Amino acid sequence: MAAVTPEQLHGHHAPSGLMRWLTTTNHKDIGTMYMVFSFIMFLSGGVMALTIRAELFQPGLQVVQPEFFNQLTTMHGLVMVFGAIMPAFVGFANWMIPLMIGASDMAFARMNNWSFWLLPPAAILLIGSFFVPGGATAAGWTLYAPLSVQMGMGMDLAIFAIHIMGISSIMGAINIVVTVLNMRAPGMTMMKMPLFCWTWLITAYLLIAVMPVLAGAVTMVLTDRHFGTSFFNAAGGGDPVMYQHIFWFFGHPEVYIMILPAFGIVSQIIPTFARKPLFGYASMVYATASIAILSFAVWAHHMFATGMPAAGQLFFMYATMLIAVPTGVKVFNWVATMWRGALSFETPMLWAVGFIFVFTMGGFTGLICAIAPIDIQVQDTYYVVAHFHYVLVAGSLFALFAGAYYWLPKWTGHMPSEALGKLHFWCSMIFFNITFFPMHFLGLAGMPRRIPDYALQFADFNAMASVGAFGFGLSQLIFLVAVVKCIRGGERAAARSWESAEGLEWTVPSPAPHHTFEEAPVIR
Amino acid sequence: MKPRVTDSLAADNRRLLVRLALSAVVMFGFGFLLVPFYEKICEVTGINNFLRPEAEAGAQAANTQIDTSRSVLVQFDANLHDLPWRFQPVQRSVSVHPGELVHVEYEVSNTRPEPITGQAVPSYGPQLAGQYLRKLDCFCFAQQTLAPGEKRIMPVVFVVDPALPTDVNTITLSYTFFELKGRNTAAGGAGGTS
Repeated sequence: MAAVTPEQLHGHHAPSGLMRWLTTTNHKDIGTMYMVFSFIMFLSGGVMALTIRAELFQPGLQVVQPEFFNQLTTMHGLVMVFGAIMPAFVGFANWMIPLMIGASDMAFARMNNWSFWLLPPAAILLIGSFFVPGGATAAGWTLYAPLSVQMGMGMDLAIFAIHIMGISSIMGAINIVVTVLNMRAPGMTMMKMPLFCWTWLITAYLLIAVMPVLAGAVTMVLTDRHFGTSFFNAAGGGDPVMYQHIFWFFGHPEVYIMILPAFGIVSQIIPTFARKPLFGYASMVYATASIAILSFAVWAHHMFATGMPAAGQLFFMYATMLIAVPTGVKVFNWVATMWRGALSFETPMLWAVGFIFVFTMGGFTGLICAIAPIDIQVQDTYYVVAHFHYVLVAGSLFALFAGAYYWLPKWTGHMPSEALGKLHFWCSMIFFNITFFPMHFLGLAGMPRRIPDYALQFADFNAMASVGAFGFGLSQLIFLVAVVKCIRGGERAAARSWESAEGLEWTVPSPAPHHTFEEAPVIR
Repeated sequence: MKPRVTDSLAADNRRLLVRLALSAVVMFGFGFLLVPFYEKICEVTGINNFLRPEAEAGAQAANTQIDTSRSVLVQFDANLHDLPWRFQPVQRSVSVHPGELVHVEYEVSNTRPEPITGQAVPSYGPQLAGQYLRKLDCFCFAQQTLAPGEKRIMPVVFVVDPALPTDVNTITLSYTFFELKGRNTAAGGAGGTS
């Protein structure tokens, strides 16, 4: 059975070449395309980040003008959030969820194709906005009014890109919910599902709930810009602060959209390499659900400096701190899973343990930012930049790398190179901390974010961060090499590629044939 | 082999799809519902009272008292950032009493044969004086589009808040004009939309 090639398993004539990828409805093809797309976006967002860091290497203006710098910070955020992190997780979901629950494909295969192919046009609109008169939007990734109401036509392109990406996300999310709820193999009860499916199910609900709110917010900006409405225009009776409320009603669940699937990936990897079942499976599920529910009640902690009454500040402060409880449950469970386990540190495990270490640091700085009186001090400083890069880069991105190294044998049929993977990990880990750890000190000393120039006393830490950023950026090319080498060849991967990996995905051959589970698997 | 996706499963899937798609549409509406909801909360709690500014009129009346016991020198400065215009204050400085309504003018002209849109950004020296300098009208509130060769006299109307700390005797009000590329077709620039 191991020698069966995907072509032999094809029950029909699939088009080849470009048309295969354009018209494919296969969840594995679509998952691959999502991941390739997000890696391209990751590199383009990375180039923007490195331009920013090159400018900030020294005080004064050397590399770019302030207007372009503002476009870069804005687009770096938008590209990384909507182009890199979110599609990468959807790619993982497409590839792995049907394999994990024993389904033959996603519930709506044609819609799946559509939700992917909406992304490239959106990305072209977004990146292309650099080349229109006035350049790309420079209002910050949060697109706060009134700035976003005043921007040039690059803003309109960004709004349409967000609309399209939002529709794509919602379609993807609906597909995932229906697949998880209806397409499970007989005997795969909800509480037997791998945690990755659980975290994605909850994430998908979050997406369906909040992506439309973002679409509404940017639609209001659009009508304020062109059709004479005054949602956010104070002269017409609107209120710019209201934009922040609507945006963060989306924005806070959004940060959990970007981290919950990461929790899922790590919860798959830690038990495999600790050779123990996940500690506290049920509590993990409930913790994920409570994080999701609480995420709707904390949005205004992004807005402590807008002049909220003290009662509001206290409510949002305590609600935010409450989220530390379910998150703490998760970290505790991962550590308890590793406790007295037969640990081995292959590349995926290194990334997962690294994730726990640095993500927890980001979580703690998040708690510090949650304290209203401190937040008013660090609002819009590099402390916040350090915080959200610790949770987004060291959190989401490290988990994505962990998952990629973990499932690459299943995707390609070859084991990824341990040497390259470990080199990638250690370079990323060290350079990540060189880049972002000094930013805490910069922020505490009062360096504002989104500024191309800075006072002389910030020079040393900025130079350090810039060196780290270039190291981190170049380290990601190791990943590219590792993946290409893994696709081209390498040690053959067994069906169960890692010694004690559990789950249905490890019962199909590696690489996973084009069609899997056309007959329902038997769940013990 | 019997297909795993049976008709009844496909129907179940479609029902769930419709329900989830509807909830997405409802959430889109909910985003707009947040607008009146937000205004209502502001009204009930009395915070951020942008719907009834007259409710705060009492507080503003106190600020119109002219404090003739002291005077503050307000200096004017004009800068251009990569903009082929000429831009200067009509008067270098004025001496004002806190609370007094002051009207000054800036002069700007476009030296180029094409229309250009710019936006002025104010800054203050000392920085803390910014919050005490109440601008009632300012050309910096709107984008300015100048026709080729056009010359324009633009007003700034302001009040220096009597609460200004007494150790501040001189305030510098500095404007820098930035070009807004891509908005050159906007007429007049009022309202900031094209």
